[in-house]
Amino acid sequence: MSQDIFVVIEHLRGQVADVSYAMLAGARQLSKASGGEVVAVLLGHNAQGLASNLAADRVLYVDHPALAEFTSDAYQIVLAGLIQEHAPRAVLFGHSSIGMDLASSLSARLGIPVVNSCRTFTDDGKFVSQICGGKIMAEGNLPSPALATMIPGGYKAEEGQSAQTPPLTAVSAPALDNLRVAVKQYIEPDTSDVDISKEKMLVSIGRGIQNKDNIELANELADALGCAVSASRPVVDQGWLPTTRLVGKSGKHVKPKIYLALGISGAPEHVEGMGESEVIVAVNTDPNAPIFNIAKYGTTIDMFDLLPVLIEKVKQAK
Amino acid sequence: MKIAVPIKFVPDLVEELTIDPSGTALDTTWLRLIINELDDHAVEQAILLKERSGGEVTVLSAEADGVDDFLFTAAAKGADRLIKLTGDFSAADNHALGRAFADVIKELQPDLILTGVQAHNDLDGSVGPLLAEYLGLPYVGYVAGIALDGNKVVARKEYAGGLVAEVEVKLPAVLGIQAAEQPPRYVAYSKIRQVMGTAKIEERPVSNLESSGGVVVGRLFQPEVAERATMLEGSPEDVADKLVGLFKELGTL
Ligand SMILES: Cc1cc2nc3c(=O)[nH]c(=O)nc-3n(C[C@H](O)[C@H](O)[C@H](O)COP(=O)(O)OP(=O)(O)OC[C@H]3O[C@@H](n4cnc5c(N)ncnc54)[C@H](O)[C@@H]3O)c2cc1C
Ligand SMILES: Nc1ncnc2c1ncn2[C@@H]1O[C@H](COP(=O)(O)O)[C@@H](O)[C@H]1O
Repeated sequence: MSQDIFVVIEHLRGQVADVSYAMLAGARQLSKASGGEVVAVLLGHNAQGLASNLAADRVLYVDHPALAEFTSDAYQIVLAGLIQEHAPRAVLFGHSSIGMDLASSLSARLGIPVVNSCRTFTDDGKFVSQICGGKIMAEGNLPSPALATMIPGGYKAEEGQSAQTPPLTAVSAPALDNLRVAVKQYIEPDTSDVDISKEKMLVSIGRGIQNKDNIELANELADALGCAVSASRPVVDQGWLPTTRLVGKSGKHVKPKIYLALGISGAPEHVEGMGESEVIVAVNTDPNAPIFNIAKYGTTIDMFDLLPVLIEKVKQAK
Repeated sequence: MKIAVPIKFVPDLVEELTIDPSGTALDTTWLRLIINELDDHAVEQAILLKERSGGEVTVLSAEADGVDDFLFTAAAKGADRLIKLTGDFSAADNHALGRAFADVIKELQPDLILTGVQAHNDLDGSVGPLLAEYLGLPYVGYVAGIALDGNKVVARKEYAGGLVAEVEVKLPAVLGIQAAEQPPRYVAYSKIRQVMGTAKIEERPVSNLESSGGVVVGRLFQPEVAERATMLEGSPEDVADKLVGLFKELGTL
C-alpha cells in the first residue's frame, strides 16, 4: 500500500463540482498524517482541461469515449483497476449522486472498508462524520486502506483550488465493453418560475408546515415582504410546491440577505443549499433542531402562533 | 415484472437523540423507530410500476421491534409478498446486511430491486450499492422516476441544482430511490388491520451477520457549535416585533 490519498474528481457537463475541491482540501489534511501525496483521479473524454486548477500533487487522467458522461458502470471498472494497481492509503468520493454510486460498490468489489458522510479529517488520520440529519457526529480512525464519501461543509472549495496546473499522467483505460448503464439525455431544470437564488429574502418552509393548505400562510407573509417562498425537500416531494422552489443538495443553492426557515430541521442536505445565507432566522419548536446551530436568530414558538401575528405586523410596517 | 424492496427502520429525528454510556452508540431506550423516509418512496415507486405494468412486489426487512406493522402497511398499500429476515442483527454492519439481503433476494429472481438511496444513520457504506455488487448487478442511485422499457429501465437520476439525467439501465438492476413519482400513498389503519388478518409474513433465517470490522466508531458526540442562534424570547407579539425590526434593519422591509 502507498501512503497517497486519491480523490475522485466529480464533474458534470464540463464543470468540476465544488465537492471535488473540498475533497482535495480534506485529502491534503489526511496526507499530513500519512506522508503521501494528494492524487486527483480524473475520468472523462477530452476532459484534461478540468485538471488545471486542482490543488493536487499530481493527476491521473483516464480518457475514453465511454467516460464522456458519468455512469456508475464504466467508472467502477476504471476505478477498481486504478485502486488495485496503485493501492492508495485512501480514496475520497463525494457523498453525492456520483460518489454514492461508486464508493460502496467498490468497497464490496475490492474488499476495502468504506466510511460514509465524512465532514472533516483530523491531523492524526481520524474521520469525523455527520449523521442523523446533523444531530450526531461520529469519530473514529480511518481504516487503512479506506474508501470514504465526503459531505460538504468541512472544507471550503477555495482550499482545494490552485493557480498552478498539477502534473498530469495519462493512464490508458481498461476495456469498457458490455456496459449496463448509459446516459440517454439530460433534462434541464425549469426556468419559467422565479429564480429563488436571486431573491433578497426567502420565506422557506419545511415539513413543519404540515399540509398544503397552510402554504397559504407562507405565501401571505412572502407577499407582504415582497419576496418568494422556497422549501425543503419533503414539501416539494409532497407536491405542495414545485421543484423550482427546492433549496438544498438536490435543489438550488441560495444566499439571500435573510433566510427565514419555518419548520425546517436543518438536515445537512438542506444546509448544503442555504448555509451561506447572510442571516438565517429559524422558527422551530424543537430546541435541539440542528438549524439553530447555523441560524443567527431563532425562536421555538410554534409557527402557527407566530405567523398570523407576524403577517399583520409586516403589513402594518410597510 | 418482479420487484423487491428492502425497507429499513431508523431513529425518528424529531425525538431527542442521546448517546449511551459507552459513548459509541445511540441510547436505544427511548429511541422511536420509523421507516426510512426514502423507503416509503421506494415502496410507492414499486407499487406505481406494478399498477402500470403488472407484476409482483415483495417487501423485505430485517427483524426488529415493530417491523411487522410496517410490512403489513406495505401490504395494505399493494405489496404482494412480505419477507422478514430473522437472526441476530445486533452486530450486523451494512456489508453483512448487504450479503444477507443478497442471499434472500437471489432466490426471488427479481427484475428490479429498489432501495432507499441512504439512511441517515449509517457509516459503513450503503446497502443498495453493496447489495448490487454482491448480486453482480448494476446500481444507479438518486433516482426519482422510473419508466420500463423491455429488458431495461429509464431512470431519472438527480444531480445538484435540479439537473436530471435520463439513464438507461439493463435489467436486472438495483436502483437507489430518492423520491417516488408521487407522494407515498396514505392507508387507513382499518385497512392495515384488515390486511393483518390475511397477509402472511414469510420468515427467512439468515446467518453470518458478523460485522466485517471495517469501520470502528471511537466516539459519538453532539456537534460542537461555534455560535448558536440568539433566541428571541417573549410572546408571539414580542417575537414578531423583533423580527419586523430585524427585517427593517437589514433592508428587506
Ligand atoms: C440524497 C439526498 C438529497 C437530499 N436533498 C435535499 C435537498 O436538496 N433539500 C432538502 O431540503 N432536503 C434534501 N434531502 C432531505 C433531507 O435529508 C431532510 O430529510 C429534509 O431536509 C428535511 O426537511 P424538513 O427540515 O422540512 O423536515 P424535518 O426534518 O421533518 O423537520 C421538520 C421540522 O419542523 C419542526 N416543526 C414541526 N412543527 C412545527 C411548528 N408548528 N412550528 C415550528 N416548527 C415546527 C420540527 O421540530 C422539525 O425540526 C435530501 C436527502 C437525501 C438522502
Ligand atoms: N436493515 C435493513 N432492512 C431492510 N433494508 C435495509 C436495511 N438496511 C438498509 N436497507 C436498504 O438499504 C437502503 C439504504 O440504507 P443504508 O444502507 O442504511 O443507507 C435502505 O433505504 C433500505 O432500502
